[in-house]
Amino acid sequence: MDPSAKPAAPTPKDFKSALKPIWCPGCGDFAVLNAVTKALAFMGLPREDVALISGIGCSSRIAAYTSVYGFHGVHGRALALASGLKAARPDLTVLVAGGDGDGLSIGGNHFIHACRRNMDLTYIIMDNEVYGMTKGQASPTTAPDWTSSKLTPQGSGIRPFRPAGLALTAGASFIARGFTGDPNGLAKILVAAMQHKGFSFVQALSPCPTFRPEQMQWKHHVRAFECETSSDPVEAAQRIQADDGMSTGIIFRNEYPVFRPGTGVDRGMGSIESEFAI
Amino acid sequence: MNSKNTCDISLAITGSGGAGSITAGELLLSLAGKNGCFGMMRRSFGPQIRGGEAAALVRISHKPVECMNDGFDLLLALDWNNADRFAEEIALRPDSLIIADPATGEIPASFRALGVEIIEVPMKALTEEIAFGRPNMVALGLLSHWLGFCGDEAGKLIDEIFGKKGEDIRSGSRSAFSAGFTEPLIVAAREARPRVERGDPVFSGSRWHFNGNQGCGLGAIRGGIRFAAAYPITPASDLLEWLSPRLEQLGGSLVQAEDELASINMVIGASFGGVPSMTATSGPGLALMTEAMGLAVASETPAVVVNVMRGGPSTGIPTKSEQVDLNMAIYGLHGDAPHLVLGALDHADCILTTEWSVRLAEALQTVAIVLTDQNLAQSTVLIPEPVYQLPEIGGRLKAGPVEGYRRYEVTASGVSPMAIPGTAGSTYVADGLEHCESGKPSTAAADHLAQLDKRSRKIESFDFGEYWADVRGGGQTAILTWGSSSAVAREAASRLEAGGVAVKVIALRLLLPASPDKLARELDGVSRVLIVEQSHSKQFYHFLRAYYSIGADTHVLARPGPLPITPAEIVEMIENWS
Repeated sequence: MDPSAKPAAPTPKDFKSALKPIWCPGCGDFAVLNAVTKALAFMGLPREDVALISGIGCSSRIAAYTSVYGFHGVHGRALALASGLKAARPDLTVLVAGGDGDGLSIGGNHFIHACRRNMDLTYIIMDNEVYGMTKGQASPTTAPDWTSSKLTPQGSGIRPFRPAGLALTAGASFIARGFTGDPNGLAKILVAAMQHKGFSFVQALSPCPTFRPEQMQWKHHVRAFECETSSDPVEAAQRIQADDGMSTGIIFRNEYPVFRPGTGVDRGMGSIESEFAI
Repeated sequence: MNSKNTCDISLAITGSGGAGSITAGELLLSLAGKNGCFGMMRRSFGPQIRGGEAAALVRISHKPVECMNDGFDLLLALDWNNADRFAEEIALRPDSLIIADPATGEIPASFRALGVEIIEVPMKALTEEIAFGRPNMVALGLLSHWLGFCGDEAGKLIDEIFGKKGEDIRSGSRSAFSAGFTEPLIVAAREARPRVERGDPVFSGSRWHFNGNQGCGLGAIRGGIRFAAAYPITPASDLLEWLSPRLEQLGGSLVQAEDELASINMVIGASFGGVPSMTATSGPGLALMTEAMGLAVASETPAVVVNVMRGGPSTGIPTKSEQVDLNMAIYGLHGDAPHLVLGALDHADCILTTEWSVRLAEALQTVAIVLTDQNLAQSTVLIPEPVYQLPEIGGRLKAGPVEGYRRYEVTASGVSPMAIPGTAGSTYVADGLEHCESGKPSTAAADHLAQLDKRSRKIESFDFGEYWADVRGGGQTAILTWGSSSAVAREAASRLEAGGVAVKVIALRLLLPASPDKLARELDGVSRVLIVEQSHSKQFYHFLRAYYSIGADTHVLARPGPLPITPAEIVEMIENWS
């Protein structure tokens, strides 16, 4: 390669790896992958300056399907791993992705603390209201009367989280919802999320054709929020509560102080060693 | 007294919270340094968060000491509030001395029953005429006189410490000190008893005053740690607190995590980003971290975890020491997960072992668990400045821009070049899923075997050199030990040697990987082996049985905390070998 040549503008394809996803045909996660690569191409970031961190589950396999640096970690801890990376390497653009079980059940504590910590990360929950990789169990976003799981054949009996409401309460500074049936709209939301300074949370409604085939009807219910993005948490809370969870758009955005530990300036060992001497 | 010509004094200062027993103890230890002595101090607290009783347990000696002695020569009680709690810990002998203030009430039966000499000094009353004078400074004066310390040096130290707090406090503290230093009762007591000599100050080098947690912190930053994630847990929190401003000073950072699951994953994330990273915790926290330590092993991400052991299981005895997380550190990871486990042997060794661990973790791209314990972590020593020379170890092997980069390339050493985010052309996905050389997930038997072999080979084939153990002395009797029991074993060995029994002390610093050939060489010609550890279930003994072959006649001294193992217990085991 001629180093003096100006690199051509990146295309979404440049951000895809050669690996073939393990996802089922019709899975919404393909559209999330497309939206992510589209958003990265739009941002024009060098691949090596981006890291995509994921947990465990169908959707968390996404890290391997992009061509940026990635870490496919343990179940539920993607946000913690990404927070460490961002703290140590604030120069990187760090995306985090995973499923509703990964992020809201086993990783629930990290989710609320990532919201309040407000590091400059973008977190995508690919929400299909089910554990797919373990073959169909209820997740924290599953309706209480969903009886198709062998684990909870009578239904979970537990009311689901509203991820956007949870994020708002926990102090997230950017909250949005997208739909995989509208990958361009989702890509636009992701661009806004990445441009946002602070923790941006994007819930991507991503149907599971295998364990939740009824979700293939979501396309008939999803529509855009009728109102503008709010910067008022009270107003945003009301909208989230009034909504059936199927409205898309940027629900809430505000400029909260961004957490960035350390100054990055090395002032040397100084008196650290001499403090030991008497 | 222990000795007439040399100084080796153990004393305890007790009092209610806020009475200043710990301050007096720390100052006394500093003064020991200014008077040519060495020493150490343990703190003991009641269970209250604030306002509970506290004891400063101080040992002052003309030569460096690394463990507490068997018993105490003197107990100074600022008051008797809940002092019974310390009765077990402060073992007095018939010739010991108690100094107490008659104004603070009756001497508890547990102490009075010992029948030791009691000197009653009205410490509180002596301060009544002194503005800003406190009984603990009177106590410092009493003890300084009793120890034969230089009053002028003490005055200078008080000026230095209390000068920052204002003139009233400085001058009040000095006056209170003088009142104690010249108190006729203590002057008479010193005359009446064999005088404590502080020995000739033979050491002219620099003396260091620090605790084990600080030692680990220093070793960590010397090793290159620039990021730490922290979740508070006794007795590791003060290591993390020590690191926080110092990492920032060095251009790094510390993040307080929401739990230990987060802190270890933050460490892995930061290290993936190319920055040497660590966390510190104690037993329950280490248990929470074990899953992610498996991730660090599988993804070959360097990570250092300092685990400060405390009494367990569960919440156990958080403020007291035990060597009981060895099993978890060695065997706790899931799958076949080769990793490093090291144990710091004494305070100075906290620095060396932690620095070495960081360098090893970086070079071998794996997890290093550094085991210390509450005993090391929260006791302070005054010792010659530790000097050591670690073997040269290359840093993390990094990959440049490589066409067809394979993160988990199978190499002869087992170590593969690691691309750091920001490096163009070498992007890859680190994975806890088993993978082939490129990092692509794989369930193929051949890939699994190749990666297992590689991860094991990089550790097994590495030359750890002579630092695997600290070996002292010789003879047909050996003590095999680890961690903070090592210093106790060394002291026992020197006593036995003085009595004509040569004892070799082998303290294992590198626990995993094991070094069976090296130990076999050291045990050549040894006929008796005493294994010493502070655990109820003989964790170290069973570990040795698993990894080593010991032909000699073997006895085990294993007992739980919270009371420290004493040199006398070890001496007795060897003297009464059967």
